[in-house]
Amino acid sequence: MIDPLVAAQAAPPDHAAVDYWSMLFVFVLATFIGLGVIRRVSRLLYTPLMSLTNAISAIAVVGSIVVAGAEYPLTIRIIGAVALFASMTNIVSGFLITDRMLKMFKKQ
Amino acid sequence: MTHAVAQLAAIVATALFIFALYWMNDPKTARRGVVAGVAAMLIAVLATWIQPEIVHHGWVVLAIIAGFVVGVPLSRVPLTAVPQRTALSHAFGGLAAGLVGTAEYFLGLSHDPAQLTAFRMSAIVAEVILGFLTFTGSLMAAGKLQEVRWIPQRPVTYPGQNVVNIGVLATAAALGVLVVVHPTAAWSGQAFYAIVGLAVLFGVLLIIPIGGADMPTVISILNSYAGLSAVAMGFVLDNKLLVTAGALDGSSGLILSIIMCRAMNRSFTNVLFGAFGTVQQTTAVGEQKAWKQETIEGAAQLLEQARLVVVIPGYGMAVAQAQHKVRELYDQLTKRGVTVKFAIHPVAGRMPGHMNVLLAEADIPYTALVEMDEINSDMPQCDVALVIGANDVVNPAARYVKDSPIYGMPIIDADKARTVLAIKRSKKPGFAGIDNELYVQDNTWMLFGDAKAVIGDLVKQFGSGGLH
Repeated sequence: MIDPLVAAQAAPPDHAAVDYWSMLFVFVLATFIGLGVIRRVSRLLYTPLMSLTNAISAIAVVGSIVVAGAEYPLTIRIIGAVALFASMTNIVSGFLITDRMLKMFKKQ
Repeated sequence: MTHAVAQLAAIVATALFIFALYWMNDPKTARRGVVAGVAAMLIAVLATWIQPEIVHHGWVVLAIIAGFVVGVPLSRVPLTAVPQRTALSHAFGGLAAGLVGTAEYFLGLSHDPAQLTAFRMSAIVAEVILGFLTFTGSLMAAGKLQEVRWIPQRPVTYPGQNVVNIGVLATAAALGVLVVVHPTAAWSGQAFYAIVGLAVLFGVLLIIPIGGADMPTVISILNSYAGLSAVAMGFVLDNKLLVTAGALDGSSGLILSIIMCRAMNRSFTNVLFGAFGTVQQTTAVGEQKAWKQETIEGAAQLLEQARLVVVIPGYGMAVAQAQHKVRELYDQLTKRGVTVKFAIHPVAGRMPGHMNVLLAEADIPYTALVEMDEINSDMPQCDVALVIGANDVVNPAARYVKDSPIYGMPIIDADKARTVLAIKRSKKPGFAGIDNELYVQDNTWMLFGDAKAVIGDLVKQFGSGGLH
């Protein structure tokens, strides 16, 4: 017999573990989608592709916003603000330069 | 409520990111991809910002403004500088991941040690190691590409280099395991700093033995690392959008690395630990044949009488900034009924797709840019192959000289053209330090000089009307 109280106490870490598994699941699926989509990218566009994926992975900005903007100690928030600045630079320069390069590809 | 908004926003943003990459499959739809990417980013940022735990809005605004102040000028660099800008943005991506990982660890340590579970700690350690090694590695790569004075351009090697490099990484990983097992011990904080320090050091050591011709592969690998560090950050912050976007970036870097490695007939480990270009200085093969030099007038005549001209650009064209003069030559030749195509080797230049972007900048239609695999079947019908600042990618030695460092590398078959015209800055051998027998072939004629000046002279020949 399993004591229901003990089972309930054991539950929270279990939940956490389950959640991590679903994260791994998402990671594996996203990698396969990425491989499928990127394989079809025009070979002409590898340079803009790299700056575009760079801007996209700067979605790390959402993590930095939390670290910089929440009620945390000052040093933590400074670290967060620097990270936020770095991600934001990638977003701005990444999208702008991708568009600038793509504009140059003309058929005739 | 705000939680549901955030989840919904993440799903929409994920879909938009996938579409953004999907639209890159054709230059016609590619700009739509940028719009989708920007929209996804805005949605994700706003959905995070409205969360109740964000209270210091001033900090967020300030950092965002600073990002614009630096980001806008970085997007206006000349296209020859795009490889170093890309490397720099990998560095920023790595830095952000490394910093957030560090913040999360010390936050957990001082506020809520129970949060530092083995899984979360593993993710934090992975994030910090990947993030900081990408940071310094990419900074070094950017420095080499920018030709910063105190960073050696040529690969630097020393005995035991690989042992030192792997030792540094292994020590960081071992300390990582210790911190994962004992996240809150008295020494854990110091161990964590040591991990950061070792990752920073490893990034530098990793790039020291890398030379210019390896840059397309190395930038792709760093691209992959930057993506993976974002994935690790997603694990730490329990954020599926981050995991997805990071995985897309990581797989893109992976595919590009594989394509670059194949185009050089080398493996990942060989690129990272092989120190290309310093290993063999092959002794001159057999008897030395002499160059045959051609005059500008003669070259112009050859070009004008051709039906099909294939231009093979290399890094030398980028260095000389010759792409606009190449465009003028293209105009002059097409006006005279000559078909002009551009043969693009996957590793020509300093990053994937570098040549395409430079030629597109000069308004050369992308329909004239042909990949190596496609152009090679046309080469026997080609009247003139015009080699501009390319060397190893047209070296026939890659086909049969077994001890050559480029042996097995697929090349553009310039030697099969009826006539080869090669523009070369100096009589020195190429990056790999090996002779190029293409230049001494019976049907090859050399034009020595700066690519921009030589092509400018050719254009003048056509312009002056001296040829009819």
